[in-house]
Amino acid sequence: MYRQTLTQLAADLRARRVSSVELVRAFLARIEASQRDLNAFVTVTAEQALAQAEAADRALAAGRGGALEGVPFGHKDLFCTAGVRTTCGSRMLERFISPYDAAVVSRLKAAGAVMLGKLNMDEFAMGSSNETSYFGPVRNPWNRALVPGGSSGGSAAAVAARLLPAATATDTGGSIRQPAAFCGVTGIKPTYGRVSRYGMIAFASSLDQAGVIAASAEDAARVLREMAGFDPRDSTSVDAPVPDYLAGLDQPLSGLKIGVLKEFFDTGLDAAYERCVREALQVFERLGASVREVSLPNIPLSVPVYYVVAPAECSSNLARYDGVRFGHRCAEARDLEDLYKRSRSEGFGAEVKRRIMTGTYVLSAGYYDAYYLKAQRVRRLIAADFERAFGEVDLLMGPTTPTAAFELGAKVADPITMYLNDIYTIGANLAGLPAMSVPCGFAAGLPAGLQIIGPHFAEARLLNAAHRYQRETDWHLRIPEAYA
Amino acid sequence: MSAWETVIGLEIHAQLATRSKIFSGAPTAYGAAPNSQACLVDLGYPGVLPVLNAEVVRMAVRFGLAIGARIERHSVFARKNYFYPDLPKGYQISQYELPIVAAGAIEIVLEDGTVKRIGVTRAHLEEDAGKSLHEGLGAFTGIDLNRAGTPLIEIVSEPEMRSAKEAVAYMKKVHTLVRYLEICDGNMQEGSFRCDANVSVRPVGTEKFGTRAEIKNINSFRYVEKAIQYEAARQIELIESGGKVVQETRLWDPDKGETRSMRSKEEANDYRYFPDPDLLPLEIDEAYIEAVREALPELPDAKAARFVAAYGLSAYDALVLTASRELADYYEAVVRAVPEQPKLAANWVMGELSAALNKDGLEIGAGRLSAERLAGLLVRIADDTISGKIAKEVFEAMWASGESADAIIEAKGLKQITDTGAIEQAIEAVMAKNPAQLAEFRAGKDKLFGFFVGQVMKATQGKANPAQLNELLKKKLPG
Repeated sequence: MYRQTLTQLAADLRARRVSSVELVRAFLARIEASQRDLNAFVTVTAEQALAQAEAADRALAAGRGGALEGVPFGHKDLFCTAGVRTTCGSRMLERFISPYDAAVVSRLKAAGAVMLGKLNMDEFAMGSSNETSYFGPVRNPWNRALVPGGSSGGSAAAVAARLLPAATATDTGGSIRQPAAFCGVTGIKPTYGRVSRYGMIAFASSLDQAGVIAASAEDAARVLREMAGFDPRDSTSVDAPVPDYLAGLDQPLSGLKIGVLKEFFDTGLDAAYERCVREALQVFERLGASVREVSLPNIPLSVPVYYVVAPAECSSNLARYDGVRFGHRCAEARDLEDLYKRSRSEGFGAEVKRRIMTGTYVLSAGYYDAYYLKAQRVRRLIAADFERAFGEVDLLMGPTTPTAAFELGAKVADPITMYLNDIYTIGANLAGLPAMSVPCGFAAGLPAGLQIIGPHFAEARLLNAAHRYQRETDWHLRIPEAYA
Repeated sequence: MSAWETVIGLEIHAQLATRSKIFSGAPTAYGAAPNSQACLVDLGYPGVLPVLNAEVVRMAVRFGLAIGARIERHSVFARKNYFYPDLPKGYQISQYELPIVAAGAIEIVLEDGTVKRIGVTRAHLEEDAGKSLHEGLGAFTGIDLNRAGTPLIEIVSEPEMRSAKEAVAYMKKVHTLVRYLEICDGNMQEGSFRCDANVSVRPVGTEKFGTRAEIKNINSFRYVEKAIQYEAARQIELIESGGKVVQETRLWDPDKGETRSMRSKEEANDYRYFPDPDLLPLEIDEAYIEAVREALPELPDAKAARFVAAYGLSAYDALVLTASRELADYYEAVVRAVPEQPKLAANWVMGELSAALNKDGLEIGAGRLSAERLAGLLVRIADDTISGKIAKEVFEAMWASGESADAIIEAKGLKQITDTGAIEQAIEAVMAKNPAQLAEFRAGKDKLFGFFVGQVMKATQGKANPAQLNELLKKKLPG
């Protein structure tokens, strides 16, 4: 039954063809069997999950329960979960137990989803390979010598190996889409402000957005419908109604205008990967969409802009981890300065430190204008490029990443090369746009991802296009051999 | 040796009197057990986010309108980054480049009665930090985050004050204003109203500002005056003895009566301000501002002018009586009960009543004596039932017991004697008892007139109407 989509499982549960306890036991067994190979989970909450599953079964038996009642589920380990530790992939929060649930967690709990555990991730969501996790790297189910992508590597690997039907993830510069592409699963990063950030441990507040990784666009729509919506506790959350993302999934695509991002095909795109994307575009043409090339002249500046803005915000967001109130505290501090220095030196890993230092530097007196302000100006130019493009086309498409998954350790020593992996994904974060990655074939045996970007709040349109594509193709249904 | 001029600018921090904090729903009440009024947002827990308290915005706009300032339609919250144990997030949310209140002005009255306008550069909203506790904890430092997230408005003046007295007058005026506006309780002991003073000196007649020192966290009018005086004298002495003032932050030590260096400019933090991405820019529209403007109370300057015009008070008396809204209201309640006697009412409110309140350390309205009761006393002075002197005795009894003037006059038999016959009788008795003095008076020793006044008053327990007594004595004594 692990082969079934979340949509099918939810229907089976509702029809009482299967119980939540059965499902939870089955997935827990898969998690346990895979943990040593994949390391997708930081924490598994078996007991709690079974108790919740029993409650879900009672609700279903009584004809009650939410849209995801009894469905096994997982949360990226940066969503705060009351009573269950939330590590953010860091030694700093190795033993941190949140006293409250994140908005996303409580919404999905209310919808009936059963949490089986917390998913591994790059430390504080900073990384593109999951190698920065304090709890060790996650491995790619398609080839365990490869990275699963990051920072939501645990979520993507878990769904790819069918350890879970779906999981939450977050995306600051590509952290949902890049691992979804590397692992051959479907991921959506909604519009900035669509899903509450309350209780989501911040990396870069103006870019962070929660989303979902699932096996199909339909599954993603089903979960997103429960996650999205205004939250007065998040001032950047947008008070706009949430459309029924399932209702429009099957709409025909005839007349849909697709823009192909010229710049995404210019820079170092792997040839086999490009072929997958081109073929996917032909599928859309067959479905009645028109495809034309669109240029976003400022998009090549996304990576430098991102690596000013995101570190600047992170240097401030991570200042609260000082060893005073929660998180790692060094032993035997001599004085306050020693407490700060050693707690933070010991608690944070190298990539987090690198970004804190970069961010501190770009905000410093004398550098602020040259870096931070300039980056913000360019960010507006990039957003304006997108806005212009969406005056002409309904959706933008291109590859999610320049290459398929790479080997563990291949880019660790060279942060710039690692950062360039996000070259196609960062633009949507800078402009706050919804974006997806959809499996579109295999490049030299490894999954390739088609990226779809839409105007603000066009999640329904993205999901509709992705779903119609998935009705024509079966890339999203492929399961790595070792987990089939 | 040249003459020196002191240049002062003040940054006043007024705690806004909201029930909950600026970015969280935790209560702001003072004096609770440590950390009992700090929620997860105040504690800077992972994942929490700030949400702006709308009441804070209304209060800032009230203040801005009261000083004739421009209310910015678009203002921005920024993060001021620095590490300190009582700063839970590692940054303070404040307003930096775009504050909510732009340039305004406040008028103060100098000692010679002239009015001086002090420019207010800006006023911005920010959150307060917590407190570090050292007492009784041995080698440890305790952190109390009850105050963390308490809303503050920081009011920054232009460097336009030229003496410690001007600075105090300005600070008092702001204090009066925030209490009129009901945006701050003004409690200086509890730290609800405090200031930093920027002080520099320059030779009289020069334009260029001297190097300034900033004296942090002064929480009384008296300390502001003393700290500025001390600091100006220190700087002058330093320059005159060939030294140079360095730009630094100094601390006022009230026990030693001196300022001392806290940190130099070189040691100052680089706060790395940047717009807080968790909060959207604050947008305020015209209709909102107008609604706040309409709800403004009568402000102290307008009230003082009205007191002069309506009650014929001197400018000075009007200023004293409008120093707080409560005092002004009390005065007007008295006047309503004795409309014919606004000056008498002013004298009693500023005189006996204020003295009694001071003596008992009470705020206006906290004593047992209501405005109506005090008016009852003034009515009896005005209708000659009692003399001013007896009135003071009645006042003391009223202050102690809370009873009405009439009840006390009745009980103590203090009613003034205005019956000419009775006074004549008393005079004749005194004359008969003091033949020697009477003879001396009649021989031309005029000074003894006072002796007879005193004796008759004594005989009547002070109840003889003084004017009548004078007149009758003038008739009777010469024989």
